[in-house]
Amino acid sequence: MTYLDHAATTPMRPEALAAYAAVLADTGNASSLHASGRRARRIVEESRETLAGVLGARPSDVVFTGGGTEGDNLALKGLYWARRRVEPARRRVLVSAVEHRAVLDTVQWLGAEQGAEVELLDVDAAGTVHPDTLAAAIERDPAAVALVSVMWANSEVGTVEPVAELAAVAHRHGVPFHTDAVQAFGQIPVTVGEDGPDAITVSAHKIGGPVGVGALVVRRGLVLEPLTHGGGQERDIRSGTLNTAGAAAFAAAASTACAQAPRESVRLAALRDRLVRRVQEKVPGAVLNGAGLSGSQRLPGNTHLTFPGCEGDSLLMLLDARGIECSTGSACSAGVARPSHVLLAMGASEEHARGSLRFSLGHTSCAADVEALVEAIGPVVERASRAGALAGMTGV
Amino acid sequence: MRMLAAMSGGVDSAVAAARAVDAGHDVTGVHLALSRSPESDRTGARGCCTLEDARDARRAADVLGIPFYVWDLAERFETEVIEQFVESYAAGRTPNPCVRCNERIKFAAVLDRALALGFDAVVTGHHARLDPDGTLRRSVDPAKDQSYVLGTLRPEQLTAARFPLGDSTKAQVRREAAERGLAVADKPDSHDICFISSGDTGGWLRQRIGSRPGPIVDSRTGQTLGEHDGTFAFTVGQRRGLRLGQPAPDGRPRYVLDISPVTSTVTVGSADELDIRRLVADRAVWPHEGTVSCQAQVRAHGGVVAAQAEARGDELVVTLAAPVRGTAAGQAVVLYDGDRVLGGGHIRATAG
Repeated sequence: MTYLDHAATTPMRPEALAAYAAVLADTGNASSLHASGRRARRIVEESRETLAGVLGARPSDVVFTGGGTEGDNLALKGLYWARRRVEPARRRVLVSAVEHRAVLDTVQWLGAEQGAEVELLDVDAAGTVHPDTLAAAIERDPAAVALVSVMWANSEVGTVEPVAELAAVAHRHGVPFHTDAVQAFGQIPVTVGEDGPDAITVSAHKIGGPVGVGALVVRRGLVLEPLTHGGGQERDIRSGTLNTAGAAAFAAAASTACAQAPRESVRLAALRDRLVRRVQEKVPGAVLNGAGLSGSQRLPGNTHLTFPGCEGDSLLMLLDARGIECSTGSACSAGVARPSHVLLAMGASEEHARGSLRFSLGHTSCAADVEALVEAIGPVVERASRAGALAGMTGV
Repeated sequence: MRMLAAMSGGVDSAVAAARAVDAGHDVTGVHLALSRSPESDRTGARGCCTLEDARDARRAADVLGIPFYVWDLAERFETEVIEQFVESYAAGRTPNPCVRCNERIKFAAVLDRALALGFDAVVTGHHARLDPDGTLRRSVDPAKDQSYVLGTLRPEQLTAARFPLGDSTKAQVRREAAERGLAVADKPDSHDICFISSGDTGGWLRQRIGSRPGPIVDSRTGQTLGEHDGTFAFTVGQRRGLRLGQPAPDGRPRYVLDISPVTSTVTVGSADELDIRRLVADRAVWPHEGTVSCQAQVRAHGGVVAAQAEARGDELVVTLAAPVRGTAAGQAVVLYDGDRVLGGGHIRATAG
């Protein structure tokens, strides 16, 4: 099997799996006052310190969550509610047009149910939000802006956004800035920094930790309304029994991933470039979407290609039948692939968007994976384009 | 063989796929998403293509251990089936959308795509038999036989079709599903028109077409007996829902005889005026010479009547030995020799 879908989830790292299993075997609620509770609490707090360390945050800034989607929901709803409580006129919510659905659907709900005025920030053909675009949007009515959210790196095309500059623009107007760093964390440096984001969403299973745990890094002083009410375990922002094993495994994965990232990002970028070059040798018409390969505008593990005249789900099925696993990269509803909102926002035609596949590399990827894809891609594209022609895809 | 199993989420298609797997084929399951905005759950036996149906299909594929995908054919279904259904009603005909879906979606768009992608055949859970020589025959279960809705398919559409259930009754299929551990074993059969989940075709059409009032006229006297707000709410042969207020002079029930959308007129009359002895079908599939003695069926799950059929150009002229009642343009006529399907077409005109 050739696994080229690390952006969906990546295999657990041995360190994380060992930590996970070891803690799962132990009893203890981190909120209990006895010895077992203290043992669990110690693991949670050490994990928090490890995560804070790699994120350049203070341990008290790290709020454990149930994953990326919860982190995004908590940041966006929590911030919006808290801001409006103090300043009811702050109803504008500015997010990029290429956000993950965990952000887009959340702010759309705020718009539909909570009186938010949602504005989508345009991106260029590479998927980048320009600081000028954000500045102009804020300046239309700065006093009404509740928050800004722009992802650190795009989940489909891997474009790395100028987060530091965008955060600085928001801060110039006294507006808090959230970023979904689920894809970026562990691949490229993600840190809070002096004037960086006020809230950062990260998730364990994208970096070799388990599913079901993540964190929201919340800068001190930033007030969030909680989504869930209960024991108030995490700074009264997030309730629920602490996931001790999850936190330990997340910390183990983060510490390994971030320690290896400087070397690993070079290795993956080389592998990625080879994948693109070799696939384009076999399928000369294949078009790379997003930022170019040179420079640091693209996540090292991300490849996103359109095969003109083909439907992405045909390609996916044919590759799957040959043991090669990838993604159409677009949001799914009932398993139906819709044209990616990310590619459409980048100005692609619907047909171009529908003909795309994401191949994402990770810590277990190697040259043989690339070769397996290169071996299969020619005949697969040939078949898929035959089916595409029937569906009226012109291939131009 | 590499086979694509169309899996609706129902018991029939699940067992059909299972039998294809057992026969040693390399089977891939596909659920056809036909609705643009699927409802999340099934309500009773109505409709299909809900998210729940997609889940049921996926679970069946899991149990069978075959790959499973969802193919989005909603746009194609909208233009080829739903819009045509509306246009047809608006033109005073009574279309059968299942026939249309088989002709244009399942054994056209899906089949073509499957063949292009390298599959050798498409497996469905239709209750019909397909002999190795390409002859389509009725299912052994007369109550579930679906050869009628397949009867207008062209031979090349049937060439790559496989119907593994034709030799079984529905009861046998359900039993087999239970034995195989398929959770859909006792899922209710679907009825009615899949895209009209309310079951209220008239109301659904009114929403689509809007109100178009007109008179209800007596066929003999020409007298206006009442008003209606759209011919689409009527089908030829309909008796209920006329709300005429006054009985016929002879005191016998009145039926819809004719629908004229141009003048928005619905003509009613007595039952004997509904008798049809001759019909002309177009878009016919009729690979036979001369006059053929056969049996005609004009609606799903309807009876058959002895007939003579003869091709006239692309059309098929069918003369019935005994009159049938309430046959409307738009319906399919399928002609049988015993349980063998000889061919069929779409009724364009009828005569008494």
